[in-house]
Amino acid sequence: MTAQDNVLVVAEHDHVSIKNATLNAVTAARQCGAEVHVLVAGHEASGAAHAATQIAGVARVLHADAPQLAEALAENLAAQVVALAPAYGHIVFASTSTGKSVAPRVAALLDVAQVSDITRVVSADTFERPIYAGNVIVTVQSRDAVKVVTVRVSAFDGAASQGGTAQVERVPAVADTGLSSFVERVVVKSGRPELADARIVVSGGRAMGSSERFSAVLTPLADKLGAALGASRAAVDAGFAPNDWQVGQTGKIVAPELYVACGISGAIQHLAGMKDSKVIVAINKDAEAPIFSIADYGLEADLFSAVPELIAAI
Amino acid sequence: MKVLVAVKRVVDFNVKVRAKTDGSGVDLANVKMSINPFDEIAVEEAMRLKEKGVASEVVAVSCGASACQEVLRTAMAIGADRGVLVESDTELQPLAVAKLLKALVAREQPQLVILGKQAIDDDCNQTGQMLAALIGAGQAAFASKVEIADGHAVVTREIDGGLETVKLALPAVVTTDLRLNEPRYATLPNIMKAKKKPLDIVTPEQLGVDVAPRLATLKSAEPAGRSAGVKVPDVATLVAKLKNEAKVI
Repeated sequence: MTAQDNVLVVAEHDHVSIKNATLNAVTAARQCGAEVHVLVAGHEASGAAHAATQIAGVARVLHADAPQLAEALAENLAAQVVALAPAYGHIVFASTSTGKSVAPRVAALLDVAQVSDITRVVSADTFERPIYAGNVIVTVQSRDAVKVVTVRVSAFDGAASQGGTAQVERVPAVADTGLSSFVERVVVKSGRPELADARIVVSGGRAMGSSERFSAVLTPLADKLGAALGASRAAVDAGFAPNDWQVGQTGKIVAPELYVACGISGAIQHLAGMKDSKVIVAINKDAEAPIFSIADYGLEADLFSAVPELIAAI
Repeated sequence: MKVLVAVKRVVDFNVKVRAKTDGSGVDLANVKMSINPFDEIAVEEAMRLKEKGVASEVVAVSCGASACQEVLRTAMAIGADRGVLVESDTELQPLAVAKLLKALVAREQPQLVILGKQAIDDDCNQTGQMLAALIGAGQAAFASKVEIADGHAVVTREIDGGLETVKLALPAVVTTDLRLNEPRYATLPNIMKAKKKPLDIVTPEQLGVDVAPRLATLKSAEPAGRSAGVKVPDVATLVAKLKNEAKVI
């Protein structure tokens, strides 16, 4: 084994803890090469670096700490990864908004292709990934020396967040590129689980009719089930739900234990985002809605009466 | 300020694409092709900057086969001033397209390049970020709001869980998300006008770019199917099934 068999996972964190998506990326990384190393780049992020040492299967944690790394700006984070890249054969990101933004920048700086959104590691240089909204799965082989990949989080189980015994090693932080600066971040705080890794997702479509009705009808159901809320692109387009609730080809890809689709017809772009859910329930008054062709349990009913009934019954 | 917009010709979003039965690729015979929806949003955003007096010229670029002229005409019908086609029959992967765009950026010297965040055919979501890296510019992927002032772009981005705003030095690269704007319909007079707008054709060789694919596609297959389950007559049956059969609640 050479050093080039080792895999670098770029962690996502809030400076205190490691985000769950990174655990899924670690699982994919362990299938790619020998040792898995995790980069925690941030500012005053020793809490996150310590948390990374506990992840099962992680051999080393590299910690770069500097003010210019505080906000995970794509330009600085990519430069940090590129500085460490010569020691690695694979660089792995979770396919989150940060991973999707930074990974291609790293790949281009290394003059290598990126393999986006992998759903299976076939071998160290060969991966499966969906194209055309998941209607086709391609097996692709990278001819480049370094494989830069983003990992579809829902396609890999998360590594255990406890049980690891790695040590934290400080690595020098790269200088600020000066190309961008952070202004602000507005993150909606809710008591709900995150859409991407929720056990249950309650999702609404255009049939919800308005944003008021969307929240009046679906929020109580999500509360009762401890579920995350999702939406179809049609519902987001119509302004019924925020964009980061969007489930589908160009939104979030989810695979919860239970997905409850309310008033969603089931366009292929939406199905691309949820068809790997373990159990799918569809509530729709249109008997011909395509969502019924993939639902485990279909209820042909008016959601405005069925959902309250459902809330009362569970 | 000049704005460069990249547009890709893709299978129309309404078409359900299938893998060929022999696994050798995707069956694209006689399917409807369109401008990539996110790229249409990119053209619209460039036009809004022009209408605000921020942009002076909007140049649309497409890379691919000769038929990509169609999507350049679409971009010009929305309002782009002229088009450039980098014509190639090779399969162009994102890194190759980013290199072609880099060469055009060197020629055109735009202050802003706007691209769709993702093409709906290969679903890669790479080209804009790669271009930004190659030209040494700042990037804002997944934009929902773009403002240009004092030599900077202030861009609000869609991120997991909310929104983030970054300030970029110009020149910069922005990729569009869904909510950035709603593209206008091209009117018939504008479609006619677009046919007369200038459209240059160059080749990767003329730009000195090696576009050889880096990824080999070994196989294309249908995903594992999911069969329809059962229809339940009422809510009570649904709850019973979820509790006793699926055991998920």
